[in-house]
Amino acid sequence: MTQTRNLIDEDGKRTDGRGPDELRAVRITVGSVKNADGSAFIEFGKNKILAAVYGPREVHPKHMALPDRCVLRCRYHMVPFSTDTRKNPAPSRREVEISKVMREALEPALMLQDYPRAAIDVFVEVLQSDGGSRCAGITAAAVALADAGISMHDLVASCAAGKVNDKIVLDINDEEDKEGQADMPVAYMPRLEQVTLLQLDGRLAPDQFDECIDKAIGGCKMVYEIQKQALMQKYFGNETELKEEEQ
Amino acid sequence: MHEVKRRYVIPGDKIAEGNFRPLTNVIRSGTALIATRIGIAETGREGVKVIPLSGVYIPRVNDLVIGKIIDHSSLSWEVDINSCFSAHLPAQDVFGRDFSPARDDMTKHFAIGDMVTARIVAFDRTRDPMLTVQDRDLGKIPRGELLRISATRVPRLIGKRGSMIQTIEQATQTRILIGQNGIVVVTGRSPEGVDLAVRAIRMVEEEAHTANLTQRIKGLLNVPEPTTSQERSPVTTADTKPVEIGSTIDEVDEELEVEGEK
Repeated sequence: MTQTRNLIDEDGKRTDGRGPDELRAVRITVGSVKNADGSAFIEFGKNKILAAVYGPREVHPKHMALPDRCVLRCRYHMVPFSTDTRKNPAPSRREVEISKVMREALEPALMLQDYPRAAIDVFVEVLQSDGGSRCAGITAAAVALADAGISMHDLVASCAAGKVNDKIVLDINDEEDKEGQADMPVAYMPRLEQVTLLQLDGRLAPDQFDECIDKAIGGCKMVYEIQKQALMQKYFGNETELKEEEQ
Repeated sequence: MHEVKRRYVIPGDKIAEGNFRPLTNVIRSGTALIATRIGIAETGREGVKVIPLSGVYIPRVNDLVIGKIIDHSSLSWEVDINSCFSAHLPAQDVFGRDFSPARDDMTKHFAIGDMVTARIVAFDRTRDPMLTVQDRDLGKIPRGELLRISATRVPRLIGKRGSMIQTIEQATQTRILIGQNGIVVVTGRSPEGVDLAVRAIRMVEEEAHTANLTQRIKGLLNVPEPTTSQERSPVTTADTKPVEIGSTIDEVDEELEVEGEK
């Protein structure tokens, strides 16, 4: 990827005014889809993404059921009005790929063996996109899965890092994604310290790669705190601080 | 009662460290005990467990459930029990050991669409739940208003030793049947009573985590306050302040003491 435009100014600020280690504003609302078993709405910068989880429920078609564990099915989809020019609502090659990597990013966190012969469906609808929507989608889906009461080892938090103006920066936005030099989305389980998604579009030197992954994991940890806060707020209101009480 | 430590948890939270036994919704990771669901974690003498606050119904042996007959083969009925597994009720359970598919007419007992109260006799990860209707108060439900609530709210709806459900039943002159799977059937002579009971049940479902719920239900149902509880502040139905930790513990006590039946 070759960069044609300057994306960091003399003050070290990026196109949207952020510093190199700054995350866009993240807000998560839990339980926004009443018909779903679990749901979450995430605003990650200009991204607006809705995640809904159904299940564990019966598998249809039945031949897809697994005898020893649950089937996890993910669908990542961008609505036609989510981009500048209309997006064809039919699943594109990109959406099929993201659905697959999203499933693989969430699967290690779930205790699928607890629900044999059942299925869990995760739907991620991008209402407005602004680069890094797969990361925001995974983050929202993990919260929705926890909201659905599905047994999990840990939440999955996701954040990207990348290279802009030969500098490694956190949380690439749409402009930096299109015109920057590299984009690396990472999904991470902070408690288990395990990476569940690692993709890279662009070129990085080995030391840059290390810096980039460290930065992305740092971003995931920040996102994780926001996820935890959102869940606590939904279930326990303002009691999040007063967590312990003896009888 | 021995000391029990409680706290709010979400998946991945460390509840305790040390030699505790992981019970429901808890896993061991090294020396730490980790919650796997959102809920209230309890650390007691027997071990550590999490009482979940969300989730669909997963069958357990001995649960009393309310289901709908959705199909039948020559040997059993298929029952929808509001779960990811559909249950089956063997015809032998109804007709006895000498059941013959050629001689006995299965539709005489249960037709497709009938609602039944049943108990789960067998269920594990390899097979679908098997039901029985051979017990007191089990079998076909002839009439009533049907409601579906979250299965995690069932203990709250029953209340401590059935207190909540008794309050609603007495105030509305109705009979309320609750399945562990979250299906509720309300029957009563007057439609107004049934209507009021349904509203009360909906309120319990929506406000299960809030404090003073019993008082607010009594307010909704216009139950006169006994003289002994006059020191309590008057609570209106519109009052939905977030739960206080003390009241949550009361609610958890209720969940623990009631094993799903009245």
